[in-house]
Amino acid sequence: MSQETTETILDFGYSRRSTYIKVLKGFWRVYRSNKMGMIGLVILAAFILAAALAPYIAPYDPTEVFVGQNLLPPSWQHLFGTNEAGQDLFSQVIYGAQASLIVGFAASLIAATAGTLVGILAGYFSGLIRELLMRLTDFFIVIPSLVLMIVLASVLGAGLTSIILAIGLVGWTGTARVVMSQTLSVREHAFIEASRASGAGDFYILRSHVLPNVMPVVFANTVLVVANSILYESVLTFLGLGNPNQVTWGQILQFAFVSGAITTAWWYVIPPGLSIMLVVLAFSLTGYSLDEIFNPRVRKI
Amino acid sequence: MANVGYIVRKLSGLIVTTFFVLTFNFYLFRVLPGNPFRLLFRGAGLSADAVRSLNAQFGLDEPLWVQYIIYLKNTVSGNFGLSFQTRAPVIGLIVPALINTAILLSAASVISIVAGILIGMLAAWRRGSKFDVSASATTLVLYSMPTFWLGLVLMFVGVIYFALPVAGMRSFTGISGIFGQLQDLARHMVLPLLTLVLGLTGQYVLVMKGALLDVFTEDFMVTARAKGISNRKLLWDHGFRNAVLPMVALVALNLGLSIGGAVQTETVFSWPGMGLLIYRAILARDYPVLQGAFLVVTVTVIVANFVADMLYPLLDPRVTEQ
Repeated sequence: MSQETTETILDFGYSRRSTYIKVLKGFWRVYRSNKMGMIGLVILAAFILAAALAPYIAPYDPTEVFVGQNLLPPSWQHLFGTNEAGQDLFSQVIYGAQASLIVGFAASLIAATAGTLVGILAGYFSGLIRELLMRLTDFFIVIPSLVLMIVLASVLGAGLTSIILAIGLVGWTGTARVVMSQTLSVREHAFIEASRASGAGDFYILRSHVLPNVMPVVFANTVLVVANSILYESVLTFLGLGNPNQVTWGQILQFAFVSGAITTAWWYVIPPGLSIMLVVLAFSLTGYSLDEIFNPRVRKI
Repeated sequence: MANVGYIVRKLSGLIVTTFFVLTFNFYLFRVLPGNPFRLLFRGAGLSADAVRSLNAQFGLDEPLWVQYIIYLKNTVSGNFGLSFQTRAPVIGLIVPALINTAILLSAASVISIVAGILIGMLAAWRRGSKFDVSASATTLVLYSMPTFWLGLVLMFVGVIYFALPVAGMRSFTGISGIFGQLQDLARHMVLPLLTLVLGLTGQYVLVMKGALLDVFTEDFMVTARAKGISNRKLLWDHGFRNAVLPMVALVALNLGLSIGGAVQTETVFSWPGMGLLIYRAILARDYPVLQGAFLVVTVTVIVANFVADMLYPLLDPRVTEQ
């Protein structure tokens, strides 16, 4: 009973559903006026839609082989042409969106969870815990990320799961740093002091007061992490750490490179690369815009 | 004179981190699922005897802690074991590769740092101008593409329109004299260098611009302007000198990122450096080479960061006082 009163008074009303919706509506009003953010969101929506509706949009099965139609330039039959095995590249690029987005989201989820945990603990507790966690974060910042991911992914065995784990386990440092600085400022607020005075434990304060207040920052940051994860997925797959039977944008480019078709078949290389670029750009624009709204002190680029 | 506490703190950090990397590297490659030889000779029907003798040869049959001691002793003395693939000592593969990467990466870094500083300064000076907006947009677009893809596109253009070589560091025939060889090397370097420079410059532009914008808000800038000194003097003597300091730390921190770019670029253009070594090791599942390359690259980056930490107080004495 006493706990509930504390929560309703001190938690900025986050726990009430109607208020929550009001906050969201207010947020959308601000976001809508951000041109860059809207461009990002529209591109993003287009790609998510393409990935979700891949079976309806793609004219062929991405693995279907058209015998005798190898490395054909774009035509009405094959919008993006065909690859060296005689497969339809348009269908491959559409289906590739699925894997690339899934890897991006899954890896970011791991990174965001790890980063939030490390950041919140390092920010809330002082002394040895903070010192150790900051050392750990610094260690991961200094190590060359791509090389570490390569080593992790190859030890875990090639495939999408390994790539997700490798990206997630390496890419959490940015989130950890942002969450830590946010926690440091939240923890100075009077309502934390009040909560502690009324007998709340560390875990309760972390879960009910600190976490809700760092969540917006985590959210904005995670969108940026997705951009990075999709980039890294394409790189790791290109370097031969993916599953050759899984169609992803990085995998298409790897086949283009290994088969030696890159110097002749531009249609093999441009669409998947452009897709990666557009999706990463879209996530970056959305993430920066969210960051600007949630974290106004962030320097505009 | 930098204070002693600062040096001790950074030095202990260097030692702890290096030791951590060594241990991490050891354990990572001992928890491999499956025996590397089985992976290596897939389908070749390796007999149990052959596996045992290979294990003994590579020290994989000892208890873990013995392996760890052997590993530390070997690593410190520069013995990274033998390549699974070629049976050659790993160190012999790493040293020439490291030199080739250093050639490519240092050239690319110098060009992109200078370009980044100049573009960043101009963007900050004319904030909000067409130049500033297009510099930011270009940076964002370049950042959004994977470096290897940028390399593939440039390779395509370079081959078709400029007949540039797209693989390796040198031609094997028809080149004579030192001048000829240097010219040949330069021609081979054009595309990988361009790829890396385009991939790296954006970071420096953003940091230089941000640092300069910060400096512009300082009181001494207002004073300098009030004194009536020229714009050029204001920008270079007051702005540049203060804004360039954060760049020193960034160059070292960015080394990790630059190496990521180099791995991709070298793979695309078959530049015989660390990146190509790593790529070939991935394809062959050549774990000793991968392990050695990871260790050398990581320790290089850690040491570079330490050197930057040591140089920084000499450039900006305020650092150690904090």
